[in-house]
Amino acid sequence: MKEQKKSWNELPIGGSILEAGNSKNYFTGTWRTFKPVHNAKLCINCYFCWMHCPDDSIVIENGKVTGMDLDHCKGCGVCAEVCPKKAITMEKEEK
Amino acid sequence: MAFLLKDLIKKQAPLASGHRMCAGCPAPVIVKQVLMSTDHPKVCTNATGCLEVATTIFPFTSWKVPWLHIAFENSAAAVSGVEAAYHGLANKGELPEDMKNAKFIAFGGDGGTYDIGIQALSGALERGHNMLYVCYDNEGYMNTGIQRSSATPIGANTTTTPVGSQSYGKREIRKDLLSIVVAHHIPYAATCAPHDWMDGMKKSQKAIETEGPAFLNYFSPCIPGWKIPADAWRKLSELAVKTCFWPLIEVENGKWSLTGESKRIADGKAEKVPAVEFMKNQGRFKHLFTQKKDDVLALIQADIDRSWDFYRKMAGY
Repeated sequence: MKEQKKSWNELPIGGSILEAGNSKNYFTGTWRTFKPVHNAKLCINCYFCWMHCPDDSIVIENGKVTGMDLDHCKGCGVCAEVCPKKAITMEKEEK
Repeated sequence: MAFLLKDLIKKQAPLASGHRMCAGCPAPVIVKQVLMSTDHPKVCTNATGCLEVATTIFPFTSWKVPWLHIAFENSAAAVSGVEAAYHGLANKGELPEDMKNAKFIAFGGDGGTYDIGIQALSGALERGHNMLYVCYDNEGYMNTGIQRSSATPIGANTTTTPVGSQSYGKREIRKDLLSIVVAHHIPYAATCAPHDWMDGMKKSQKAIETEGPAFLNYFSPCIPGWKIPADAWRKLSELAVKTCFWPLIEVENGKWSLTGESKRIADGKAEKVPAVEFMKNQGRFKHLFTQKKDDVLALIQADIDRSWDFYRKMAGY
């Protein structure tokens, strides 16, 4: 994470950010107290969790929910709340 | 047009993860619903507010569309300028190929829309720019420390309307922004709640594809400001619609109609839930229950009934 900051004359004029969506390189997963655990056996792939996730952290591969992007998930628990099959449970984060 | 989640998941999400909105804030979901409702190229401006400060902390941005930050009061003024510049470039034939048929969307919180930005919004609506203004209404200045705004409901505890022996929270009723916007006789205005994403996306699509100014007022529960658990926004959004605290309304060319759950309540197919159901799990209304302020609760219910009667009458019920 630690990187050399650019000096004033190397920055884009007006403080523009030229790379779209580069916040992906900032990891908000460290905020989490509870982590979502996905149970693929119960999941019916309704994608409600994907629609309700504020952090775009539901990983979908070939039309199937495969898990959570724990680098960015803040552990709010909306996915577990909205899941009609209780396929997502919130578990305490432990070292 | 109906939106299917199995088609939507194949598209690129318009707001990247890694933004620093609070855990469980529905504002990124609102942005997702608005921007994913159309495939046109989009340009966004954003008034100062939670959404702006938290999604674009230098040197990071979460936006995957061209985006401009502007001061609290002039998101609508900036988007009209961008739209005018776009037409200028189009007339000169200097428009890049991938920006043909671009759509212009302004985002603002309730502070930047109801209070500080209302003259810029009014001006942009009157000039008739082809743009959409989206207000995500979390009912207070949440980013600066939970001050009251003119969108804060009566009885709410905020840092500028603190609860004490002489005060039960905010004393004034909310501003009816939708009616103010509709009074500009614009082609499209609506209210949305994020839990009903199909309704929200249909309205967003209609609003974006309408020629001329359009306005959407999105309900947006606030985790720290309303003192609610992080996973509560969906349930509260649903309850706000069911209690008629936040009716789902659509105004097309001056014709009012109700949609979704609100239409079912007006038709008599669903029960209107008492307002206490919506308020009892929120920290900002907690004092009304612990101090047994039934008179204030009655006042809130009366205010909701009054506005619901007004909207119902406007929709022809």
